[in-house]
Amino acid sequence: MAVPATDSVIVELQNVEKRFGGTLALNDVSLQIRRGEVHAFVGENGAGKSTLGKVIAGIYSADRGTVAIDGSPVDRWNPGLAQQRGISMIAQELALVPDLTVAQNVFLGVEDHVLGFARNNLLERFAELEAEVGFGLDPKAKVSELRIADQQKVEILRSLARNARLVVMDEPTSSLTATEMKQLEQLMLQLRDRGCGIIYVSHFLDSVMRVADHVTVMRDGQMVKSVPAQQVTKETLVTAMLGRELEQAYPERPTAPDPNTPPLLEVRELRTDTGVEDMSFDVRPGEIVGLLGLVGSGRTECLRAVFGVDPMVDGEVRFDGREWRGKKPRHSIEAGLGFVSEDRHKDGLVLQRSVRENIAMASLASRASAGIIRTREEKRDALGFATALEVRPPDIELPVGWFSGGNQQKALLGKALAAKPKLLILDEPTRGVDVGAKRTIYELIVRIAEEGIGVLLISSEHEEIMELAHRAYLVSEGRTIGEIVPSETSVEDVLFSLFNVVPKGASAA
Amino acid sequence: MTEAANTTVTQMRARKRFSFGEFVIEYAVVILLALVLIALAVLSPSFFTFGNIVNILNQNAPLLIIAAAGTFVIISGNFDLSVGAIYGVAGVVSAWLAVATDNVWLSLGAAPIVGLALGAFNGTVITRLKVHSFLATLASSMIFTTIAVLITGGTLITVTTAGFTVLGRDRVGGIFIAIFVMVVAVAIFWVLLTRTVFGRKVFAVGGNPEAAELSGIHVNRTKIIVFTLSGLAAGVAAAIGVSRIASGQPLSGAGLELSSIAAVVLGGTSIYGGVGAVWRSLAGVLLIALIGNGFDLMNLNPQLKDAVTGVIILAAVGLAAAGQKKR
Repeated sequence: MAVPATDSVIVELQNVEKRFGGTLALNDVSLQIRRGEVHAFVGENGAGKSTLGKVIAGIYSADRGTVAIDGSPVDRWNPGLAQQRGISMIAQELALVPDLTVAQNVFLGVEDHVLGFARNNLLERFAELEAEVGFGLDPKAKVSELRIADQQKVEILRSLARNARLVVMDEPTSSLTATEMKQLEQLMLQLRDRGCGIIYVSHFLDSVMRVADHVTVMRDGQMVKSVPAQQVTKETLVTAMLGRELEQAYPERPTAPDPNTPPLLEVRELRTDTGVEDMSFDVRPGEIVGLLGLVGSGRTECLRAVFGVDPMVDGEVRFDGREWRGKKPRHSIEAGLGFVSEDRHKDGLVLQRSVRENIAMASLASRASAGIIRTREEKRDALGFATALEVRPPDIELPVGWFSGGNQQKALLGKALAAKPKLLILDEPTRGVDVGAKRTIYELIVRIAEEGIGVLLISSEHEEIMELAHRAYLVSEGRTIGEIVPSETSVEDVLFSLFNVVPKGASAA
Repeated sequence: MTEAANTTVTQMRARKRFSFGEFVIEYAVVILLALVLIALAVLSPSFFTFGNIVNILNQNAPLLIIAAAGTFVIISGNFDLSVGAIYGVAGVVSAWLAVATDNVWLSLGAAPIVGLALGAFNGTVITRLKVHSFLATLASSMIFTTIAVLITGGTLITVTTAGFTVLGRDRVGGIFIAIFVMVVAVAIFWVLLTRTVFGRKVFAVGGNPEAAELSGIHVNRTKIIVFTLSGLAAGVAAAIGVSRIASGQPLSGAGLELSSIAAVVLGGTSIYGGVGAVWRSLAGVLLIALIGNGFDLMNLNPQLKDAVTGVIILAAVGLAAAGQKKR
């Protein structure tokens, strides 16, 4: 192994160990991070890649082992000290002050001041910084009005304003569109060429292969591989991450139900004040139906209205033969309409409570006599779902917030399934989930459809709908603009339809 | 094959290892309570006597009942600043009824009903007007106290009805009846929180109200019941209190709301909602009570009592916060 010039090493970890409760999140990890390099951390959810990034950025402190900066070990390590040493972190959930402007956010805490009075030079300083990187952001825009991709640029500028030499990016791409992802990759390369070190924690292997100079693969808290990017391919990475060969990405589509079966859910000309203009579609028992559309097309809003979170303004919805208007989520769940929301932290899970309690949450009454919970039955059911969904670690008594994203998603699915739905609405069921867990979720979707449960699927990864759904509707600007059979259509055709301007009134009612 | 091997490895990793630090943080209030118990037992021979223990429990029976219900309020992510005022109204109504009707059971039984009604009022206001419970109960406590003052006409209502003091002063087998009432009430709250559907809903509502709503939980109804229970507990406590002093005083409950919150938080229930337990609040009340008892037994300057209690609360809460951060 070639020994690189030691002066280029910013961070060196030696035998680092980190525990959460009884779980060993990092096990004896030794690693060097150099300047002028994009260093990717890959691995399945829960493999420890995020934790590793956070130890470097000072968010977590190592329980054992040493963290050395510029060759000298540190005894105390926290985000403040890390920033002083030029290491900053851009977290998955951005930490900006929404009501301040771009420039104010960028220089927050590092304003020039005279005797404590802030100098009014933010715009000039911003212009200097902008001249270097050229992000093209309006310094006076309020951060709350920016798109997530632009907010990320603000975060990056914020790091640069603090003279960061190493930027840790934790899953920065999980909420970005494909174009935004490419832009971010350009940014990373740009920063790298300025001599900055970048740690790119990601599960998008394509993206990693495009930008990384060095790749570290984590599995079960251990570093299984840390090599220059030229030495790996996407396939070898997956094998290293899983510890086995990857099976085919998608399971076989289940048999479609008889087209004469009466639909379970019928939506006609639905309109809401949340951005749904005119949507019509139906789902039969045992059928997987996709809604294909871009983010902001009204897909999610439509399903929230059907489930009863937001009110319907106009149109007709029938579920299981009944008029379905003015219902609340509790009525929907009771009638067998399940909903897995896209944002598990916001409105999906109660993070402080255990996996068992979360799985049981939407079906409490079914496991209670006179209001008293039948604890043994609850344990058995929750364990059943956790095992079937391969929740890891398999300890259902731990708070769900301690689990990795993919495993949290499995708990969320478990909750919906425990309520025994007839129709399940899945909004981005694989968001922020790694390859292995994705396959588990796909298999689950196919299995429940085979059991006769209707599935309504939304995904920004159009391929998922194209590979799993029997039928799909194209959604644009709050309207259903067409219906396709995915097995007979190509993704290109779909994208063509979605990006094409569709004249008003051409809805597929 | 690899699949199975992987699972066993993870299972082994996941098995909880005993960690001394986590144990201390988790059971801080119990450890403190035990330490104070041992200290008092060593320092004062009169501490571990039947009479002293029974006295401590008797004196604190009203607060224990209120704090047990207050645990629900805090876990649901709310505050109830009106329990002291409800206690006042319920006690005054009870005394007034005793004077008016001379019926012990009617008058003492009225207190819990008044508490229940005022608690339900709180819950309804909070959910209908969508006001934060802190503000809503701060305001309602002022209204309730005024009602109590109006009932008494600004003075005391002295009760002379025979047998009125049964709940506050009488004993069965050497143990005050108030203690039995307290034990039953606390046991009910304990079971309610840990074993029932309702208890689970309280945790969910406090932990993430949006997720609770999407899980089919009637968030507003749950909140209303929580405040109703809190009011009911204040009413039961008031029945004990008014029976003990045999007089209706509008301000007799002043400060109970803060003592209750202090005890609940000292016990380790999070004011951010979603986490907590009734036993924690019991330990919190008893810890504060024992510190007070220690001051009495050892003839320490009683003026310092509150400061010592304050320091202990800060230490306990700080320790819990440090534990949270570590995770």
